[in-house]
Amino acid sequence: MALLQADHINVFYGAIHAVQDVSFHVEAREIVTLIGANGAGKSTVLKTISGLLHAKSGRIVFHGKELKGVPAHSVVAGGIAQVPEGRRIFLRMTVEENLEMGAYTQPRASLSAAMQEIFQRFPRLEERRNQVAGTLSGGEQQMLAMGRALMSRPTLLMLDEPSMGLAPLLVEQIFDIIRELHQGGTTILLVEQNSQAALSVADRGYVLENGRIVASGTRSDLLASDAIKKAYLGA
Amino acid sequence: MNWLSLAFSQIVNGLQAGSVYALVALGYSMVYGIILLLNFAHGDLIMVGAYTAFYAMTAFHLHPVVSVALAILISTALGVLVEKIAYTPLRSAPRLSLLITAIGISFLLENGAQLIFGADTKSMDPFVRGVLTLGNATVSYAALITILVSVIAMVGLTLMVKKTKLGKAMRAVSEDMGAAQLMGISLNKTISFTFAVGSALAGIGSVLYLCAYPQASPTMGSMLGLKAFVAAVLGGIGSIPGAMLGGFSIGLLEALVSAGGLSEWKDGVVFAVLIVVLLVKPAGILGKKIPEKL
Ligand SMILES: Nc1ncnc2c1ncn2[C@@H]1O[C@H](COP(=O)(O)OP(=O)(O)O)[C@@H](O)[C@H]1O
Ligand SMILES: [Mg+2]
Repeated sequence: MALLQADHINVFYGAIHAVQDVSFHVEAREIVTLIGANGAGKSTVLKTISGLLHAKSGRIVFHGKELKGVPAHSVVAGGIAQVPEGRRIFLRMTVEENLEMGAYTQPRASLSAAMQEIFQRFPRLEERRNQVAGTLSGGEQQMLAMGRALMSRPTLLMLDEPSMGLAPLLVEQIFDIIRELHQGGTTILLVEQNSQAALSVADRGYVLENGRIVASGTRSDLLASDAIKKAYLGA
Repeated sequence: MNWLSLAFSQIVNGLQAGSVYALVALGYSMVYGIILLLNFAHGDLIMVGAYTAFYAMTAFHLHPVVSVALAILISTALGVLVEKIAYTPLRSAPRLSLLITAIGISFLLENGAQLIFGADTKSMDPFVRGVLTLGNATVSYAALITILVSVIAMVGLTLMVKKTKLGKAMRAVSEDMGAAQLMGISLNKTISFTFAVGSALAGIGSVLYLCAYPQASPTMGSMLGLKAFVAAVLGGIGSIPGAMLGGFSIGLLEALVSAGGLSEWKDGVVFAVLIVVLLVKPAGILGKKIPEKL
């Protein structure tokens, strides 16, 4: 059984039907990407999995357990962490406090070990540990957002447009880190508008358009598909 | 009395009143910081705290310390209860609905008190008496206790917000509710905790107020609450050090105006300050830019 399974989910904002009958799954240790243009419904899908939004119908099953009715703050404890779109780090808190918040559901005793791990992966964050997060550069903020999510030691890490607003070199760095995390055993659900970059790391992908899945397949399927090339890869 | 000891006693008066404003302003500011609500029912918690202490001491003859503890407990419980019953259901409603609800709760509490306790002012004997003489200046024990207790409460609050897990969660929620939930922080718990802390401070404020003016009336919380609100805005609403600074500034300003022989103008000056602050520095002295999220 898949680690994460979404079956026919429908999500509304008032009368706006933002996610329409969407089904997909993520196997353990996979990198799966959801790609699509701005407004396609990608973030809505992630927020629904995290419990920030609720599906009107359909179901989401994680680790064999249905997530319906699980409040957002309990989803994290269950092993799902999200790096939200636009990073949403706590700008007025220090780097260290941000990481602490990431470990909110974890036992206090494991805090410093988890933080050391993050500092090993992101040495920049260690240099800036006592700095207020609002003073970090865009790339550093993205690293902090990822580090913060990793502090809960998630089974499934969901990233919402981690490349947004970053220079190409930084995008490459972020995607290298995604690869490393994947090699370390983390399952990843990656949302991107930058489908080129996303498909360079993903095993499989789904293409969202106006709230619906219009194509899906392995990385090579998607890269080879003419329709996708035209619409999303700018070829 | 020479002008120096006069100045000293006015400063003490200012700090005494300012302490109470600051404690109450903290509640306004913390609640605003977390759910962007100007909780106009907050001032009325002072009234409830004052009646509690009043009846505990006069009708039930409880020890002042027990009465004070009871007053703090009841205002804390009431603050949380109001949040649970009236504000939680409106979590995703427009902020204006929330504001109107708060005003409604304020009327409910004031009229409820009038119904239960009567419209007249209930007075009792002062329960903190005596003065401390320092050279040719004197300080009342009431003033001393008030200033001391509020400074301790504020230091405690600052440490709690800076260092404890719940305090950090409060800051996280007030900065970004959605992101805080993604961390595993429960909004309900954190918001209730914020109301509890703010209401406890109002409870402390109410008994400190009783030290100076041992009386209770149904509307006593409205002017005091309004001034504390001005203090919160002056300091920068949402900012904890701002609320403290604002509270003491308003207290000292009132003392200054009174010392100038214009004590009937005290309230007017306070609200004039509010208008000037809103015109010149809308975010207040220590205020951050008003967040446009939610
Ligand atoms: N809070 C909201 N209220 C109303 N409509 C929204 C809200 N958030 C997103 N939408 C709409 O839902 C659709 C999907 O948005 P979103 O999931 O953010 O897309 P994506 O992440 O793919 O850019 C869009 O049409 C968007 O305008
Ligand atoms: Mg999005």
